[in-house]
Amino acid sequence: MTTPMDVPESSQHAAPEAVAAGAEGAAGRSLRQIAWRRFRRDKVGMTGGVIVILLILIALFAPLLTAWFGHPPNQFDQELVDPLTGGVLRDPDDTAQGLDPWGGISAEHLLGVEPVNGRDLFSRIVYGARTSLLVATVATVVCVVIGTVLGILAGYFGGWVDTVISRTMDIFLAFPLLLFAIALVGVIPDGAFGLEGNYLRIGVLVFIIGFFNWPYIGRIVRGQTLTLKEREFVEASRSLGSGNAHIVFREILPNLITPILVYSTLLIPTNILFEAALSFLGVGINPPMATWGGMLENALRFYTTSPHFVIVPGLAIFITVLAFNLFGDGLRDAFDPRSSD
Amino acid sequence: MSESDPAATVVRVDDLRVTFPTMDGEVRAVDGLSFEVPAGGGLGIVGESGSGKSVTSLALMGLHRGTRAEITGGIEVVGNDVVAASDKRLRRMRGNDIAMVFQDPMQSLHPQYTIGNQLIEALRVHRSQVSRSKARERAIESLERVGIPEPAKRINSYPHEFSGGMRQRVLIAMGLMCDPKVLLADEPTTALDVTVQAQILDLLDELRRDLDMGLILVSHDLAVVAGSVDEVVVMRHGRAVERGDVRHVLSEPEHPYTQALLDAVPRVEVSRAQRRARDRADRKERKNGEKQSRTAREEVEGPPKGATAFPAFSSAAEGAGKGEPLLRVSDLSQSFKVRGGLWGRSSDFWAVKGVSFELRWGETLGIVGESGSGKSTVSRMIMRLLEPTAGTVEFQGRDITHLPERRMRPLRKQIQMVFQNPYSSLNPRLTIGESIGTALRVQGERDGKKIRGQVQDLLERVGLEPNHYNRFPHAFSGGQRQRIAIARALILKPKLIICDEPVSALDVSTQDQVLRLLSELQDDFGLTYIFVAHDLAVVRQVSDRVAVMRKGEVVEMGDSDAVYENPRSDYTQQLLTAAPVLDPDEARRLRAERVRQRAAG
Repeated sequence: MTTPMDVPESSQHAAPEAVAAGAEGAAGRSLRQIAWRRFRRDKVGMTGGVIVILLILIALFAPLLTAWFGHPPNQFDQELVDPLTGGVLRDPDDTAQGLDPWGGISAEHLLGVEPVNGRDLFSRIVYGARTSLLVATVATVVCVVIGTVLGILAGYFGGWVDTVISRTMDIFLAFPLLLFAIALVGVIPDGAFGLEGNYLRIGVLVFIIGFFNWPYIGRIVRGQTLTLKEREFVEASRSLGSGNAHIVFREILPNLITPILVYSTLLIPTNILFEAALSFLGVGINPPMATWGGMLENALRFYTTSPHFVIVPGLAIFITVLAFNLFGDGLRDAFDPRSSD
Repeated sequence: MSESDPAATVVRVDDLRVTFPTMDGEVRAVDGLSFEVPAGGGLGIVGESGSGKSVTSLALMGLHRGTRAEITGGIEVVGNDVVAASDKRLRRMRGNDIAMVFQDPMQSLHPQYTIGNQLIEALRVHRSQVSRSKARERAIESLERVGIPEPAKRINSYPHEFSGGMRQRVLIAMGLMCDPKVLLADEPTTALDVTVQAQILDLLDELRRDLDMGLILVSHDLAVVAGSVDEVVVMRHGRAVERGDVRHVLSEPEHPYTQALLDAVPRVEVSRAQRRARDRADRKERKNGEKQSRTAREEVEGPPKGATAFPAFSSAAEGAGKGEPLLRVSDLSQSFKVRGGLWGRSSDFWAVKGVSFELRWGETLGIVGESGSGKSTVSRMIMRLLEPTAGTVEFQGRDITHLPERRMRPLRKQIQMVFQNPYSSLNPRLTIGESIGTALRVQGERDGKKIRGQVQDLLERVGLEPNHYNRFPHAFSGGQRQRIAIARALILKPKLIICDEPVSALDVSTQDQVLRLLSELQDDFGLTYIFVAHDLAVVRQVSDRVAVMRKGEVVEMGDSDAVYENPRSDYTQQLLTAAPVLDPDEARRLRAERVRQRAAG
């Protein structure tokens, strides 16, 4: 430059943070790296994230965990319960000692045992996590795929495409989903599509949850696409001669990944609750496969004698949903350019 | 702090420091700033973005309370110690002693209340004993004072029923409700058109004189401040680099930064030829300097590796032999359907109506006009981002008006565009290398290495580092981003580049550098430009010919010197007298003329 001095090219933002970050400070750091830096400082979000990872590990290594702690999830042990009331005994060798208010929590049974059948609750919770997370995650993936594809189509092409897709979303959102699920699950045969028994039921649950919840993601993606396609970089790309496919996949989609990621993390807990609700109503997975909702349903009959049996699966659902929500909120804040430093 | 006579000094700032904690450590937004404003005095605070001028104005209002900003030093506003005062006292001060007018009149008024309600509220917050009807009378008076026609009727209107300039007047009226001693206007005209800007500045000046009110005018534009204040503070990186009488600072700046800033301000009286000559001379000088330093460096390090410059091309030379103009636009029109009116029937709104011109190879056509004049719509139609409603666009003798997109694609190589907003014209999720390289990929180039090489050469050509290839846009400043956008437009070796307000989002000094770059590239590659802008001075300096647009029509077109020196249409004349000028005396003369014209018309 020929100007007599180095006139600052530093920053156009009025925000003080940008002055520091400037052209040099933030150089080369991608948005994702900045988001990670922000996320790491968010203690609540980090806690949520750590719990989520722990839960996933627990679900993945469920057989290993139960092998270490010695009780398969479906192993009956009627020695541990009072044959008359079904309550958990304080000491299986001495029935005279009566029922255990703690539900048999011991080094042997970390979370106590189930009334009536005497199955180990720890193993059942661990296996229940498998079912819950599997159903919720796969269903979320289904939501995201359908929602993203239709959302982009609606937002990008507009016109009659948008009208058709948007009305479809409205219809899906107005659908009495729970009633439909109850009706559908009631008529599931023992085997179909090469799946049998509970695997088929899991498949049906995934289908119902995934297929009816996509409009939530779809609306978000459509809205984002509507604003993104008006942005100048899309016009710039079009004026370079790009076609629709290029604009959608190379220009718009990368900008959608963050909101999709954030809303998926927030959709998973909703789906976990939905699966639990269905199992609770007895229309989800059939026993003896462990699910948290199913355990809760069982437990309600014993809440006076064995309150821990209600509390344990209840807490499991509570912690999981909360952890995912905190994690999702943390992610959203970290990726939001408007949140302060 | 010493007790001062409040009648003599209404604002005193003493060694003000404002620090923000951030992830990258503490940032000193304001670093040891001092100034005073006497009662009825006018102070201009001028600086580029990031200089700390807005932080200063917020600090004067005590609006950093509750944020993490740390404030030290003294701020005294009409006898209130802003740094130490209680929240209650501060609230009493705001609006009562000092009123603020914000930059964006579109966002500073509440959309759900009538302006009358908001004005009355502004008064009754401080004077609860005033009855509503009295307050209403006062509001009408205040609206009349700022030149809102039929104030008694308009007081019941909602903000969206006013234009941008009128809203800014309403905001000023709101500021006047409690008879403040000081009016603080933070970029009050940045969002407004040049003629409206002149009206608002005239109004502020008049109010200051009639009401004997102190005025602090914060702006990035020296020319905006020149005619309206007595004293000026030039800020840079949170520090005042220069402070003094406005005539003195603008005519004999002492600090080199002020000097550089003044040099960078585009002046409407400088012609295209003068500017070109200056830029070319500067460039030659710089090249000589570079050559010397390069030979010196090469002796030490050997010749630079991979010094393959971006391959030269010259489109003007190619077109020189042909008699054809590069682009011919005839009777181009664009209408939009507007719903509304009786029974929600839609009517046509003509954004552009019957625009015709020819563009010769290698020349620059400037299109100047205020917002809503249709200048951007014209450029989008030529780019075929918008389908023209009527008229034809011929490029190199070929009618491209209704060419299907697939046949248009090869032609897109030859017409490129630089967009206004460097923040939204680059995809934030792509590295700049990808952004620029996209063009080659779209046009069928598959060799990744070749693309990378070309992009890097081009980055160097527009004044960036080749190793910036993998960085994301947010790591660059506005000026650098606009360079990237220019590189993207250039990579396909186009014949015509349409620049749509390419510098209006940039600071003056950055603006100047980008204009230089555009002019250099035109010299080197024989480019033809259409340069769309609202800034009269910028357009004059870059354009061979100028078209002045208003309400979708071209009101005047001709050689730029002719148009600027002997404008034929009243509208052009009006634009020219409204343009802010740097010389305070000249500014006052123009203001007097405007006032006379308004009184006459």
